[in-house]
Amino acid sequence: MSRNLTLGIALTSVFVLAAFVSFVFTPYNIEQLDIPAKLQPPSAQHWFGTDHFGRDILSMIMVGARTSIAVALLAVGIGMGLGIPLGLGAAALRGGWLDEVIMRGNDLVFAFPSLVIAILITAVFGAGAVNAIIAIGVFNIPVFARLTRGAALGLWSRDFVLAARVAGKSRARISLEHILPNIANLMIVQGTIQFSLGILAEAGLSYVGLGAQPPIPSWGRMLADAQTLVSIAPHLALFPGMAIILTVLGLNLMGDGLRDWLDPRLRILRT
Amino acid sequence: MLRYALKRALSLAISLIVASVVIFLVIEVAPGDPASFMLGVNARPDTVAALRSELGLDVSKFERYINWITGMARGDFGTSYAYRSPVRDMIAERMWVSLPLAFYALTLSTLIAFPAGIYAASRRGGAGDTAVMAATQLGVAIPNFWFAMISVLIFAINLRWFSAGGFPGWDKGLWTGMKALTLPAVALALPQAAILARVMRSSLLDMLGEDFIRTARAKGLTRRQTLWRHALRNALIPVLTIIGLQFSFLLAGAIIIEQVFFLPGLGRLVFQSISARDLIVVESVVMLLVFAVITVNFIVDLAYAAVDPRLRART
Repeated sequence: MSRNLTLGIALTSVFVLAAFVSFVFTPYNIEQLDIPAKLQPPSAQHWFGTDHFGRDILSMIMVGARTSIAVALLAVGIGMGLGIPLGLGAAALRGGWLDEVIMRGNDLVFAFPSLVIAILITAVFGAGAVNAIIAIGVFNIPVFARLTRGAALGLWSRDFVLAARVAGKSRARISLEHILPNIANLMIVQGTIQFSLGILAEAGLSYVGLGAQPPIPSWGRMLADAQTLVSIAPHLALFPGMAIILTVLGLNLMGDGLRDWLDPRLRILRT
Repeated sequence: MLRYALKRALSLAISLIVASVVIFLVIEVAPGDPASFMLGVNARPDTVAALRSELGLDVSKFERYINWITGMARGDFGTSYAYRSPVRDMIAERMWVSLPLAFYALTLSTLIAFPAGIYAASRRGGAGDTAVMAATQLGVAIPNFWFAMISVLIFAINLRWFSAGGFPGWDKGLWTGMKALTLPAVALALPQAAILARVMRSSLLDMLGEDFIRTARAKGLTRRQTLWRHALRNALIPVLTIIGLQFSFLLAGAIIIEQVFFLPGLGRLVFQSISARDLIVVESVVMLLVFAVITVNFIVDLAYAAVDPRLRART
């Protein structure tokens, strides 16, 4: 494994672990306000300090990791769940009207940056974590659809697919049994990248109040709360920000590392 | 080329029409009647009906869509439900902040990314390359609004070089306006510069591996001469495409950055309109943003086809 991949997995594991551990243990109860202890800088009692309600920031970051990971993961799930079948379908029916409709539909979704989709959704249905998931997820669909179609098109002209066609397998079966396993690696790598983009997007949406709503803690909201207090308590912005940066960095390194590791051509080069 | 341009123009028109229908339908689903919302719960039904008629809400959905879209084409975006002023004027006023901000950020992003990408490619595998690549990894991972907050803390609150937020207006002078937009533009440009530097580097490295570069080197050009005279010019094509695409990201990204710096741009207008349920403003701003994205992509496609004849032949 490359250094990038190891570092990426290590960083990502820390935050995934923090999210899981937060279900059973956090250093302090984040629902308990302790006003006399508000805005304390990092100390032995509160490693990352406390916020304007005296809540422990480390505990909030641990619980906030759940929100970020859940939103980003579900958004990737929507993207993969709809994008991959659409891409497979488009490639299987290459040049047909369905291919054209799928690809033009993709172009259309690409014209709406995820923030704009989120604005539209929240303007109509109100802000919330679910709507943030939908907004980021919708934006992920064309990403996976295009990638799947591109990769699948290359495979459709390969001998083993021709053999499967000669054997009488339907297009749908070939897509499932032969194309999908061969593009799985690519999807895993892209999934990791979209996951990291999802974390960033969730933070951005929560920051402007379109994502998770209080009392659900989220990193973006913590930064929004910190904004007016940043001059007197910089740690309020510093630690949630570092959490986002390290998670995204970890996922990106993991994505890059996985791509190199899973690509057989690059592996041959290394050995 | 003309055939390709016409084909792309047709696709542009279809995309715009479909996008407008989607936006209109999504807004139509919104619960609540704007007229009732504006007049409050105690309004008399005939007053609500009169306002509905004044706002053009008493006709069929199809007619309303046609009125909206033809109005937009004429530059008449309707009347704001909350402020009772023309949406066009509200948007035009905010554009004077958002557009310069996006262009400023695009310029900064290019100015940072070009030297960084070229430097990294020319020192492939070396310490300089590793440093640039590490910086770009970090640049992509940093949320721009967080970077904005930290830069306010350092450059506005501690060093007092810039103001922490707000926009004095262009009538106070170009320098004052630019100064107010500098921190937001840097925050907006940073992640885009990181992406662009990576594209620049990899595009240049691809070119440096091409046969014509070997030929240039074989005829006696130095590495530096080959890089600047031959590789760079060809490597710029994909980079320019990305720059075009980034413009739309910057315009949308500005929505969040405007919140950090309390800039009276399109982003703040959208958020104010959402909380006031002034959906006609939301509808028009979203349509305008989508129009910008689709049109910029169209221009990028055409520019790309103009310099790369293979692309025209393929489609």
